[in-house]
Amino acid sequence: MSAALLEIKGLTKAYPGVVANDDVSFQIKPGEVHALLGENGAGKSTLVKMIYGLVRPDAGEMSLKGDGFAPLEPRAARAAGVAMVFQHFSLFEALNVAENVALGMENPPKPRDLAKQIRDVSETYGLPLDPDRLVGELSAGERQRVEIIRCLLQDPKLLIMDEPTSVLTPQEVDILFQTLRKLSSEGTAILYISHKLEEIRALCDEATILRLGKVVATCTPRDVSAAHMAELMVGKSLATPARAASDAGAVLLSVSALSLSPATPFGTPLRDISFEVRAGEVLGIGGVAGNGQDELLATLSGEVKTGAGAVNLNGISISGLGPNARRKAGLLCAPEERLGHAAAPDMSLTENAVLTARVRQGLDKKGFVNWAGAKSFAQQVIQQFDVRTPSADVAARALSGGNLQKFVIGREILQNPRVLIVNQPTWGVDASAAAAIRQALLDLAQGGAAVVVISQDLDELLEVSDRFCALNEGRLSEPRPARGLTMEEIGLMLGGAHDLQSVESGAVA
Amino acid sequence: MIRLIKRPAPSPLWSLATPVVAVILTMIAGGIMFAALGKDPFEAIRVIFWDPLFHERFASYSRPQLLIKAGPLILIAIGLSLGFRAGIWNIGAEGQYIIGAICGAGFGLAFYPSENPLIFPGMVVAGALGGWAWAMIPAILKTRFRTNEILVSLLLVYVAEAILATAATGFLRNPEGSGFPGSRNLARHAGTDNPELIANTGMHWGVVAAFIAVIAAYVLLNRHILGYQIKLAGQAPRAARFAGVNPTRLIILCLGVSGALAGMAGLFEVSGPAGQISIDFGVGYGFTAIIVAFLGRLHPVGILLAGLLMALTYIGGELAQLMLGVPASAIQAFQGMLLFFLLALDVLSNYRITFGAEAKA
Repeated sequence: MSAALLEIKGLTKAYPGVVANDDVSFQIKPGEVHALLGENGAGKSTLVKMIYGLVRPDAGEMSLKGDGFAPLEPRAARAAGVAMVFQHFSLFEALNVAENVALGMENPPKPRDLAKQIRDVSETYGLPLDPDRLVGELSAGERQRVEIIRCLLQDPKLLIMDEPTSVLTPQEVDILFQTLRKLSSEGTAILYISHKLEEIRALCDEATILRLGKVVATCTPRDVSAAHMAELMVGKSLATPARAASDAGAVLLSVSALSLSPATPFGTPLRDISFEVRAGEVLGIGGVAGNGQDELLATLSGEVKTGAGAVNLNGISISGLGPNARRKAGLLCAPEERLGHAAAPDMSLTENAVLTARVRQGLDKKGFVNWAGAKSFAQQVIQQFDVRTPSADVAARALSGGNLQKFVIGREILQNPRVLIVNQPTWGVDASAAAAIRQALLDLAQGGAAVVVISQDLDELLEVSDRFCALNEGRLSEPRPARGLTMEEIGLMLGGAHDLQSVESGAVA
Repeated sequence: MIRLIKRPAPSPLWSLATPVVAVILTMIAGGIMFAALGKDPFEAIRVIFWDPLFHERFASYSRPQLLIKAGPLILIAIGLSLGFRAGIWNIGAEGQYIIGAICGAGFGLAFYPSENPLIFPGMVVAGALGGWAWAMIPAILKTRFRTNEILVSLLLVYVAEAILATAATGFLRNPEGSGFPGSRNLARHAGTDNPELIANTGMHWGVVAAFIAVIAAYVLLNRHILGYQIKLAGQAPRAARFAGVNPTRLIILCLGVSGALAGMAGLFEVSGPAGQISIDFGVGYGFTAIIVAFLGRLHPVGILLAGLLMALTYIGGELAQLMLGVPASAIQAFQGMLLFFLLALDVLSNYRITFGAEAKA
């Protein structure tokens, strides 16, 4: 048996009210691609933060190459050969690629040398990237490459990647996987965090599965089915949302030639977007984050008003109406950002019920709020959508992300919308709750509403959508029937590898 | 090591307790300051907090002063608190107070020597409109040109003071005043006076207005959708837009209400306790009201109590200057300490303090 590169024994970390990691042990061999698999809240992030020196464990020990390893800060971890690519990038948009890379290094070389090094590494590992480009102009996939190259320049022994594919198109995922395989063949171990099972089966040699902070299983992903891993991860088998075939009815929402210039220099403009959604239909809008999803939702919800005739409900233009007038007309929205946009963090659930349900549920009379009515509506949402909270008087920020998401979606669905637009409906929600939310969206469409689901999760979109289209740099592709679409076709709709060819041959089919 | 840990939800106990703890800490720190100045700290604290209400000789004079001083502070602070809750920072209430007084007094003097009972209500309206108009300047500049309302409203205070000086020495000067600066005395003329309603209590129409404002603000914030929108806009601006709140309308409304209330406070002052427009009419109620608003946690009932407390330190401070020879600047420092401790302790309602290493967390 070859000696382990990183060995973890009995790591435990508790936060007030929750044990994030409970006696976690596993090991990674040099050159191994090791998956860390678990639902949101299973303790994956805490675990890698301990390895990277961001969090100190309460108990347990780690060893790297046989020596004791207890990094007090990320710098110590990097010095020991551990590098990490975070899910959220820490890049400055107004600086170029080389400058951003230099900012993350302890002793950056001269700019000219660094640019050459960046070119060398990017060619060696098939990560096309121009060191002189502004980060603000890069796609999410290219930004990720900046982070990866920053790590690779430090010649790491262990590379940690936290949900790296959540912002990538399928083609970009292929390029990334080739890079990771090449790294692994050169002896760099990779700790790969994800909840996407097929990816893990395609890439990883070993998998450690966490549930509620504990290691519940280890397996070799190639040898087991995705369904089996899902059961290990969730602890029970999952029902896939069921849908009955339904005939599409009349056009409820139609958007024609909708354009919007960006609010900030690096914002995304919307370019000539047109689509229709019929009663009883679910339209899925895919796309990598930052391609105009927030902007599109804002123009549909009424937070941003657009030219006359751009947004029409039941054939009548609602372009000039504000959010509440659109709600009254039957168009409801649930934005992606739960805290601060869909809900006010410091307000109670009852108060947050008033936020969007006031008009349709008649929660005020002559301007005076009917708090009793608001509370009973909030309780109804809590009950029907299984929101785990002691009461409706709890502040929104005290709820876990998944529970608040259930509340936000439930709040809109229970208002019986004619048209519902949701952005990332199951982001950060555990698998069983996600299934419940998807089922609720399908039921809503079944009942004759038109539903638009904006999401980055392609599996989710294929599961719920009748038709699928992609948002790429503010342009919307022609909607196509979702049934029968392959991942490859979807990837091309999403903009392929964002106009970049892989340096390695044949990565882009 | 001392560490701050964010609470999942604000602690209701600490939200209520911090003002009390802040007052106690101010007494301790203030006592040390008075001791350093060579005064007996216990006597100084007693003179400031106790004697104004219960001293056998001075209390009969200073007790009515409590409401006279608290009235304008509460009235202005209530208006400011609405804006502060919505994240709209009107720092120039002093200017709105002065302009309100000038407009109200000007209205009353225009009808001099008539004693028509409708003149005083007209003065109140004119005062409110004056303060409102002065607050509309930062409001319109902010909504049209995105200027910063903090700077504009603050700088307009100095403009208002210049107008006040011009009024006292020029267009509102008492023609029978032998050339001395200052307007006719409004308080000594029936029709323009704002009299003490109950003898020896200090209760005048301004205090009544302050109490009404407290109740109205309480109802607005707790029951009305507008109060809900004000809170929402302050806590989560993006969520407020999602809820259909129009930010421009809210800015105009909050600055308008706070300006109108400050203007009314100015009018009640000039027609009652102050009596006339004079160069030194502005004594800083508009600025102190900011402290009162925060000391009262931007809550109407809290502001009522904070206004009374602040008035007490004013009166007690004057008494301490008189009886103990404490310098006026020491009294101001004492009031500053109160705000300092309150804001510092604010952390406790949102954070928990733990001692010792991280391991316990």
